[in-house]
Amino acid sequence: MSGPRIVYNEGYLDEQTKRVVRRALLKGVAIPGFQVPFASREVPMPRGWGTGGVQLTASVIGPADTLKVIDQGADDTTNAVSIRAFFEKVAGAASTTRTDHATIIQTRHRIPETPLTEKQIVVYQVPIPEPLRFLEPRETETRRLHALEEYGLMYVKLYEDIAKYGHIAKTYDYPVLVNGRYVMAPSPIPSFDNPKMHQSPALQLFGAGREKRIYAIPPYTDVESLGFDDFPFEPQRFDQPCEICESTEVYLDEVLIDDHGGVMFVCSDTDHCERTLTAREHDHITEVNA
Amino acid sequence: MYVAVKGGEKAIANAHALLAKRGRGSIDAPRIDYPQIRNQMGVLVSRVMAEGSLYDPELAAKALLQAQGDVLEAVTLMRSYRTTLPRFGITIAVDTVGLPSERRVSATFKDIPGGQQLGATFDYTHRLLADELHTPEVATPDVPIDEPMPRVTDLLGADALVERDRPDEGWTDPDPGDLTREPTVFPMSRAERLQALTRGDEGFLLSLGYSTQRGFGNNHPFVGEVRVGEVEVDFFAPEIGYAVPIGRIELTECQMVNQFVGSADQAPQFTRGYGLVFGRAERKAMSMSLVDRTLRHEEFGERIVSPAQDEEFVIAHADNVEAAGFVEHLKLPHYVDFQAELGLIRSLRREFQARHPAEPAEAPATDNNTLIEENA
Repeated sequence: MSGPRIVYNEGYLDEQTKRVVRRALLKGVAIPGFQVPFASREVPMPRGWGTGGVQLTASVIGPADTLKVIDQGADDTTNAVSIRAFFEKVAGAASTTRTDHATIIQTRHRIPETPLTEKQIVVYQVPIPEPLRFLEPRETETRRLHALEEYGLMYVKLYEDIAKYGHIAKTYDYPVLVNGRYVMAPSPIPSFDNPKMHQSPALQLFGAGREKRIYAIPPYTDVESLGFDDFPFEPQRFDQPCEICESTEVYLDEVLIDDHGGVMFVCSDTDHCERTLTAREHDHITEVNA
Repeated sequence: MYVAVKGGEKAIANAHALLAKRGRGSIDAPRIDYPQIRNQMGVLVSRVMAEGSLYDPELAAKALLQAQGDVLEAVTLMRSYRTTLPRFGITIAVDTVGLPSERRVSATFKDIPGGQQLGATFDYTHRLLADELHTPEVATPDVPIDEPMPRVTDLLGADALVERDRPDEGWTDPDPGDLTREPTVFPMSRAERLQALTRGDEGFLLSLGYSTQRGFGNNHPFVGEVRVGEVEVDFFAPEIGYAVPIGRIELTECQMVNQFVGSADQAPQFTRGYGLVFGRAERKAMSMSLVDRTLRHEEFGERIVSPAQDEEFVIAHADNVEAAGFVEHLKLPHYVDFQAELGLIRSLRREFQARHPAEPAEAPATDNNTLIEENA
């Protein structure tokens, strides 16, 4: 035999698999928030490192697309770099770090601060797609609960939190009700980001590779974070602005700056931070010149 | 348009260069070539093929070298390659009765038709670490190893002492499920379960099988038969109109025979647990057959009392590619979620301190009486 034995397909996933994924996606879009089982394939990164998101992106990306990959809101975190490099290698996709230039944004744990548009698709990497999993470990049982729209278990959990701590003690992966029907795990984004899902103009896709589930929120869909009339959902807030770009109303990272417990708060969304800072400096220069 | 990003990219490239260097070790020693792995580490190669779900000793040897001996990493490499291969059909079910066995032992009978054959086994070797390895001459076997031998379970089956291995007449073998191509939905068919078990982690199955022997789902097992040998794989090619052999694979099969006292509508008889694994994998095949039998509790109306009987628990956690990936993902950055938790803990502590102004928040609530008094 001559030539290399091991040859990978263009785009890594074969067309048949992409079709399988797209079909699951169509079903997911038709039933917002419903977890569609799919024959999740191995991809060349470990399970739990974004294999669901990678399969979704591979199935929807085309030559005209521009891809942005973020992890913890940042483009330069190692796993985001690795996934972006993977698509540059196998799909020849154009990539960007600018939210407003991207047509597909694959994300882990954040939704960008820059408002999304109708021309964009957000692909979420999901570790545990089942919002009821830690209340009921069995898949056979949780599927039945969803079918019967039986979410008492979840409300009892939220109630118990309030009784015990005076708050709903859920700060990320905060459960949402999609289109008034399915309770859904938004993936481990901070509850700060939950309101961005509601009536978002962008198509939101969720891929859980290891758990072999896909789900979706079509554009302009109601996404309500669970709560009670007297204890409504409260997203987390920060008291201080970003210490680099001075943005307020954004999600902040607490960065340790010395070994005496000194910290500074900076934007988690690196692209937002850079662009806000650049714009501010530009304004400043314009002011000085004027 | 490609926009350069900070730090991460260079760090990753450097890390991988260092990894390659560590994998090479001292350049004074010659590099191992994959044929050496393939030939001299056959059991390891078997494991990578079985858990990688791809029968190809050459690729398994390459994967092991590339993974620097990390079995799970090698299995992951095999899986990620396997998934890109087209599936062009389903072979005819292999006939293990016709499996000319290199090794075949039964614990249930002293002698069996065809005889017991020890074959290449670690059994009865003295586990004394040796300085040097010697390869003695092996005489040509006086038993013709290409002769088919009946299964021990079939001998028992003649008297209906053991359950049949397939349903009665009128039954045709359905196309098997393929859990690499179809969504996993519980409960599974036994065939799908067996598929998941044969590619499951050897260590996990070993421990689960072991747990059934220690009272967590006791199923009174006897090794009806373990056999290892090479079998021909046939594929029905529609273009030609008949089955053509496409190769030979080495397999280990275990038929575990288990006690069953019968029920209101079933006569007492022995039941089966089944294990079939690529290559030389006796421990895995035995563990698999123990777990297969415990998972069949519903067929025999047995009570579920132990982890090894729980299909979702066993199947959802048997895959080491998934398990390793998810456990190891904990080292990825989680600082956004951690920040959210920090915020919550801080606010809970502020509220606690407001309720307990005199008490330092660090003091553990060891003395319950004090707490109750203060709350009162």
